[in-house]
Amino acid sequence: MTTPSPQRTETFPCGLGADGLGEVTRQIPADEPPPLPPNSQLEVIGKPIARHNGRAKVTGAIRFTVDVTLPGLLHGRILRSAMPHAIIRSIDTSLAARHPGVRALVLVARPGDALSATVRYVGAPVAALAAESAAAAEEALRLIRVQYDPLPFVVELDRARAPSAPLVHDSVSVPRGHASGFPAPPDLPLHGNVRGPATLQRGDSAQGFAQADVVLEGEYRTQVQTHCCLEPHAIVADWGSEGLTVYISTQFTSGVRHELAEAFGLPLSRVRVVVDGMGGGFGSKSMLGNYGRLAVVLSRQAQAPVRIALDRQEEQIDSGNRPATWQRLRIGARNDGSLTAIALRSYGTAGVALGAGVGNVADALYRCPNVDTAQYDVFINAGPGCAMRGPGNVPGAWGMEQAIDELAERLVLDPLLLRDRIDASPVRREERRIGAERVDWRRRHAPGADAGVVKRGLGMAQSLWGANVQINAACEVRALRDGSVEVLSSVQDIGTGVGTVLAQVVAEVLGLRPEAITVRIGDTEFPAGPPSYGSRTTASITPPARTAAWQVLQSLLREAALALEVAPDALMAREGRIIVRGEPSRGMAFRDATALLRTDCVSAVASRSDDYGGFRRRMGDAAIAQQDLGGVQFAAVAVDTETGIVRVERVVAVQDCGRPLNPRQIESQVHGGVLMGLSFALFEERIIDQQTGRMVNPNLEQYRLAGCRETPQIEVVLLENYQGRSATDAYGIAEPSNIATAPAIANAVYNAIGVRVRSLPLTPGAILGALGKLRAGA
Amino acid sequence: MRARISRRSFLHGSALTTAAATSAAAAIAGAAAAAVSGRPVTEQGREAVRLGPEAVRISLTINGSARPVSVEPRTTLAEALRDALGLTGTKIACDRGACSACTVWLDGQPICSCMVLAIEIGARHVTTIEGLASAAGLHPVQTAFIEHDALQCGFCTPGMLMSCAALLERMPAPDAQDVERAISGHLCRCGCYPHVVAATLEAAAVRRKRS
Repeated sequence: MTTPSPQRTETFPCGLGADGLGEVTRQIPADEPPPLPPNSQLEVIGKPIARHNGRAKVTGAIRFTVDVTLPGLLHGRILRSAMPHAIIRSIDTSLAARHPGVRALVLVARPGDALSATVRYVGAPVAALAAESAAAAEEALRLIRVQYDPLPFVVELDRARAPSAPLVHDSVSVPRGHASGFPAPPDLPLHGNVRGPATLQRGDSAQGFAQADVVLEGEYRTQVQTHCCLEPHAIVADWGSEGLTVYISTQFTSGVRHELAEAFGLPLSRVRVVVDGMGGGFGSKSMLGNYGRLAVVLSRQAQAPVRIALDRQEEQIDSGNRPATWQRLRIGARNDGSLTAIALRSYGTAGVALGAGVGNVADALYRCPNVDTAQYDVFINAGPGCAMRGPGNVPGAWGMEQAIDELAERLVLDPLLLRDRIDASPVRREERRIGAERVDWRRRHAPGADAGVVKRGLGMAQSLWGANVQINAACEVRALRDGSVEVLSSVQDIGTGVGTVLAQVVAEVLGLRPEAITVRIGDTEFPAGPPSYGSRTTASITPPARTAAWQVLQSLLREAALALEVAPDALMAREGRIIVRGEPSRGMAFRDATALLRTDCVSAVASRSDDYGGFRRRMGDAAIAQQDLGGVQFAAVAVDTETGIVRVERVVAVQDCGRPLNPRQIESQVHGGVLMGLSFALFEERIIDQQTGRMVNPNLEQYRLAGCRETPQIEVVLLENYQGRSATDAYGIAEPSNIATAPAIANAVYNAIGVRVRSLPLTPGAILGALGKLRAGA
Repeated sequence: MRARISRRSFLHGSALTTAAATSAAAAIAGAAAAAVSGRPVTEQGREAVRLGPEAVRISLTINGSARPVSVEPRTTLAEALRDALGLTGTKIACDRGACSACTVWLDGQPICSCMVLAIEIGARHVTTIEGLASAAGLHPVQTAFIEHDALQCGFCTPGMLMSCAALLERMPAPDAQDVERAISGHLCRCGCYPHVVAATLEAAAVRRKRS
């Protein structure tokens, strides 16, 4: 333990909304800035400021990893397993090695070595090479001859659970308890392909069910969804005598740097990771990945820079996915709605990997004294899953939020009224109220009440997501003698606009316009920033940015105070000037203050302190804030009962993220969350052929995504939720906005047709089947 | 006269002329090229001009300038723009015409540059995202995309912009359905469609006011 740093007491605005805020008193570190007033009193924070890199993005000038080129760049390609499960008996690379363009070649599977020579899914890396052109690499790859000894395989969740199913893993190959970008509990028992359970027990569920007036049971199923980032996973690795430089499309520059240092035995100081434009990750670009490691190996071998960029098929089969799940929920309640017991049993599959749980929605969204959950991972011969926008809680909410609606119907209670009784969150209560008003919830009809072929329905569902924070997050702010200002961190902008909010936060402190702040991020040469996953980027990096800017300002005020012959604390920064409080005519331009600096630059580096009042939980570099993030979404649908086509006409998303820093960017992110949820609910599904183990839709036309014509009217209502927890009091939005959409649509579909569909996706076939309109055997 | 070879018919033709395919493989192995016996024809029945398999020198008119470039016959326009000419603003996301990320203009018409070969462009004018702004500044659609935050990660943005700008060229006063139709082939995983539609409608209004 380090000695506690000096603290001081401050009073913060506290509460929901812009008006009638209360106050809360907190101890804060002495070197952090005073409380930030509510957004209505600020110049830049909370305003819809345009993206700092918008111009670069609309002109095509921004450099994505696939655009990076270096002198002597080689092109890497990965040979992938054609078999879902096999032992590789031999690999003949002699022809490929003689190809005139080939400069480096590496085997991933080493025949004779049981662990590496066993491939467990179609698409598993077998070998990789680097050549002087992409075409040469492709040609050479086809010259590699692989002999497989096929093994029995299983690619479907239910079949893999059977005791007689072919075994995917043995005791040596089974993953030890870490899934890409998402924690999986370690050291759980393995029986056949079934690993677990990870359990949670609270109270006495048997007793709870005995006390119930009503017990509801339901089974819910979700499919595999793939990330479909438009920019492929890509890396340019440059192994040199001075160290390793890597350009990579990543959600975590600093984390990749650590992975590389460890994997290649390099000191951190010799590893540099860079990303500028980053074309979407959604969880799948959280780590270095097998392709990244191979590019570095090839670069080291060839002594030349190597680029590997996955093609669309590789993206679909080996860049991660959202695991499929099956869950059974049992909920006991009294007639007044109060919950007496919740039991959950889930089986999910992340292919050959772990992390297919259904999150904490069942045990944490509603008040219930007796909870008993058991979550299992099931291995199948398919590409490894990984975190995807709201991992766990997206399938978790799919089950729980339908079950709660079903319970409400059994209790003859309005679903909103039931939630008012069992949901302890004051934030979601307000969100329900706002949303219900927007959609005129009172006019909602009984299930299936519409006459005619096209039936309309209205439904809602809630979101639950921990407010994550990365402690290991630092930011530097520099003011230069000419009055220019830089903000620097290795944090990456994956499209959420974190660079823009950094500029806003620094500009607010220094009394400047955000355009005046030069944003330098996405490079591990700068102070280590947080990852962009777990909806934690803004929460982690904007408080140290404000603290660093404030510390820089204190230095400037000291210089200006001497010149103006006042005390430093009599001064403030506003509208490009340093002025005397209460005497705005007395002061100097910001750049005249920086001109007084003894050196070219005054700089401060600040790191993320603990939330004021402490965290709920801390795990290494990561922590969870006291208050969860909420979000309530309402969906209006039209279901054609002859074609089975579901059309989502309107979504009202009422969301919270602490203090909103840039409402326009947040609205964009919520649009994305809603659309990814809608697309998941209606269209997306990885389909694997049972006979061959191959994905049959590894592309973007048969793997269907929602486009603009499937986009409903989306209304975003954003709460301001002040809690005085950090220098900015800002938290994340990406994942909470994706969790409630699919169950809200399902509840609306039920309201439309009066039949509940508990399996995803809600295809026309699924709807017609539920309506009993499919011929037997069809 | 221009030989019309689509990527599909080209591949189809290659499959029929096995000798040509063999020669490619032989060339790969570094051996002498075998004699070619197949005589491919175009969809219109004309005898095709034989090019390749080695790189050929062509000239493309891109953003108003003639750009000599050396490409293999199999090189798509998207690859030629990005790899041979360094115009990396054009993005490849699916490489098979499913997502429209690679949209450029060919004689003012938006097309998927991953679905056309560089050698079949001929004298037609190619406009890429790098050529959308003029000396006077950004195209109104570009400005509106920034103001409406019609982009997040930005990877689909260049293609999306080319389709929206082309719409305004042919339809100065579109409504929301017109914009949706114009971008219906584009995929945006970040979910920017609502802001794209709003931005394009505003850009149209700005342009009408200016003219």
